[in-house]
Amino acid sequence: MALTIFVILSALCVGAVAAMIISRNQAYSALFLVLAFACLGGIFGLLDAPFAAVVQVLVYAGAIMVLFLFAIMMFNLRRPEPPERKRVRIVLGTALAVILLGELLLAARRALGTAGAVPPGRDIAHLGRLLFTDNLYAFEITSLLILAALVGALALAGKKEGE
Amino acid sequence: MIPPAAFFVLAAVLFVLGVIAFFVKKDLLTQFMAVEIMLNAGNLAVLALSKASGKADGQALVLFVITVAAAEAVIGLAIIVLVFRQRKSIRTDDLKDLKG
Amino acid sequence: MAELFWLIPIIPGASALLLLIFGRRFSRAWVALQASAAVLISLLLSTAAFLRLAQSGHGAPALAKELLAWISSGSFSTAISFRLDELSAVMALVVTGVGFLIHVYSAGYMAGDKGHPRYFAFLNLFTFFMLVLVMASDIVLMFVGWEGVGLCSYLLIGFWFDRPAASKAGLKAFIVTRVGDAGFIIGILFLLTTVGSADIAAINAAPGAGLLSPALVTLIAVLLFVGATGKSAQIPLYVWLPDAMEGPTPVSALIHAATMVTAGVYMVCRLSGLYAASVTASSVVAWVGAVTAVFAATLALVQNDIKRVLAYSTISQIGYMFIGCGVGAYAAGMFHLVTHAFFKSLLFLAAGSVIHALGGEQDMRRMGGLRKKLPVTFPVFLIGALAISGVPFLSGFFSKDAILTSAFAGRHYALYVLGLAGAVLTAFYMFRLIYRTFYGQERSSLAPGQHVHEPPRTMTIPLVILAAFSALAGFIGLPVFFGERANVFGRFLEGVLGRGPHGLAPSTETVLVLAATLSALLGIGLAFVFYRKSPQIPSSLARRFPGLYRLLLGKYHVDEAYEAVIVRPLVRGAEWTYQHFDLKVVDGVLNGSASAAGLAGKGLNVLQSGLLRDYALAFLLGAILFLGFLLI
Repeated sequence: MALTIFVILSALCVGAVAAMIISRNQAYSALFLVLAFACLGGIFGLLDAPFAAVVQVLVYAGAIMVLFLFAIMMFNLRRPEPPERKRVRIVLGTALAVILLGELLLAARRALGTAGAVPPGRDIAHLGRLLFTDNLYAFEITSLLILAALVGALALAGKKEGE
Repeated sequence: MIPPAAFFVLAAVLFVLGVIAFFVKKDLLTQFMAVEIMLNAGNLAVLALSKASGKADGQALVLFVITVAAAEAVIGLAIIVLVFRQRKSIRTDDLKDLKG
Repeated sequence: MAELFWLIPIIPGASALLLLIFGRRFSRAWVALQASAAVLISLLLSTAAFLRLAQSGHGAPALAKELLAWISSGSFSTAISFRLDELSAVMALVVTGVGFLIHVYSAGYMAGDKGHPRYFAFLNLFTFFMLVLVMASDIVLMFVGWEGVGLCSYLLIGFWFDRPAASKAGLKAFIVTRVGDAGFIIGILFLLTTVGSADIAAINAAPGAGLLSPALVTLIAVLLFVGATGKSAQIPLYVWLPDAMEGPTPVSALIHAATMVTAGVYMVCRLSGLYAASVTASSVVAWVGAVTAVFAATLALVQNDIKRVLAYSTISQIGYMFIGCGVGAYAAGMFHLVTHAFFKSLLFLAAGSVIHALGGEQDMRRMGGLRKKLPVTFPVFLIGALAISGVPFLSGFFSKDAILTSAFAGRHYALYVLGLAGAVLTAFYMFRLIYRTFYGQERSSLAPGQHVHEPPRTMTIPLVILAAFSALAGFIGLPVFFGERANVFGRFLEGVLGRGPHGLAPSTETVLVLAATLSALLGIGLAFVFYRKSPQIPSSLARRFPGLYRLLLGKYHVDEAYEAVIVRPLVRGAEWTYQHFDLKVVDGVLNGSASAAGLAGKGLNVLQSGLLRDYALAFLLGAILFLGFLLI
């Protein structure tokens, strides 16, 4: 059962990302990406990380991608880009990416090759405890980081008074 | 049971797709989206390893990563907005100031 | 005072340095004064040292002083150290004595020249190097002096460098002597590797100590002598000396008559240990000397330039000195060196006086009848001519006789005959010069208003002094005829140079002396006939033997032969090397590496496209490589 869900979700995810690559319209790309992230959220759930799954859908798919959509609408790009004249870069990049894939798979095999029994997942309470004890510093600093990002974005892109 | 290796393979595939997306796309915005894909792929990999090892630290890490990604997206988009205001274009091929 | 002997070279050297740097700021009077005073001080110190050595008598240890450690490389080390023994003392006296007189003469002769401070600086510098050469205690330091005098010779020959003839002559002198120096250097290297030391005393003792095989001794001696043929203008490297007359006359007197050209003779005497040990080498020395003596004398017969006659005469007389050294009579060779220094420099300076009086004229065909007009120059010139011709009781008579007698006593009869023939020729060409210059009708062409006059006192007084020495110096070396103790000079040097061949019966000696006197008188008589009584004889002879005359006038075409066989091929070779190697290879490598760098830069420039995606590609590549590295 879980396997079926995994296959469906991963196929959907990969398909969405592929569509995002192929699409010429930025808005379409962004929407495809929303779909992909949502699927990823589901996959997170399959990994016994419910909190991560929810946060993924809420923040990533819900907030970040919406932000992207706002930006796209602001730029108001009319024409999609003309087709590439020299495709060298794309070809080269793809080739290298495939090599990278090979390396990553190799690494995965080494790390996880002989998979023994998979331990059961822990619950959210445990996660909460981790966040507020071992990773407390990271937690607090991350909050500060968000604040800084907020202020920074305002300072950078905010229109001045009377502009 | 789904072996964690499968998740890892998925993560690798998604990462590489993100790389390809980065090279295929020609404007800053969509290239930024490709970076987000790569980040997510990384998250997936971390979670897969976390599940395989039985510790929950991976989940905490993923939370932080998502948060930081959000902050980074905010700043990044702010910068792209500024660039657009300056150059009236966000096509990366036009931003060649580092040439030479 | 004698302990300060090591200052003998240093003081003129210091004066030279001062004049080179500051000379132009001093007044002319001061420059001449300083330069002459420096040499005078050296002369006084030399005299003091000489007296000390004379007092200590035979077997006296030489004055020695080490100044500073110089080379220390592996097993070979040498220091800058001076050593003054009897031989060096004699040379030092000659160099500083004659040098001082010539400095004084130059004060008058070069008074109006625009290069005045440079001249005196070079003259002092030459004195410094010559004294280093003479007082060096090891052969490497001697070679430094050897090269240094060669340098000064070049600088002074080409002193009037805006005259192309002068600068060419200077270059020729330097290059020709360089060829000789190559032989000298190879000889030094052999010595260093076999004897293991550069010390002259060690070298002289080496044959006896068995350090050198006879073949090696001969080889080294001949190699060193090759250097001497260059420096002392013997066959085959004499060709630079006649051209060197382009330099100022005092320079010709000092460097090319009295001192530098005699350095070769000094060297042979200094290393007499080597030459005495090799009969072959000594024969080479003697025969080269003898042939050169006659050869050069024949060339002096037809020269018309007064200085060239004296130049060939110098070459010839140095040949005599080498005859003396070659038969083992080193002291006799040195004796002739000393007397020659006096009368030859006298002759040159007096010639300078004549040239000065005639406003620069050097061609004897435009001289004549100067006897009455130059009442000081003529007598001293005559004394010099008589001395060189070997007229009895003047210095040249005794010294030439010493050499010829030693040759005879050593049973080198062929050499003796050559020497005698040369004596006739010497007397002949010298008196040809006298008659042409001072007798007969005036053929000079002076501008109206200029009249022939004697030079100033600074020039005439040295002349007189040198004339006195030329006349009287012979008496220090009286032949055995007058008793065993009469040869003061020879006995003084005996500790260093040994005795030459001797042991002739007094009757034989008398005969030889008479023969020498007769040959001198024969030469003078012939000259009288040819140039005074029947002046048409020379030109009629020239007409009857045109080929011979042209051969002599053309100096046996030696210069032309050298030019064709040696100089031109070398120049062509150098040109070819320049075209094919210098331009193509050396410049090619340089320019090539520069353009390679440029190309590399331009090639790499492609990477800096400014495009984000290209940089991302690089990033990706790096990541792949890194990951690969981790995986392997």
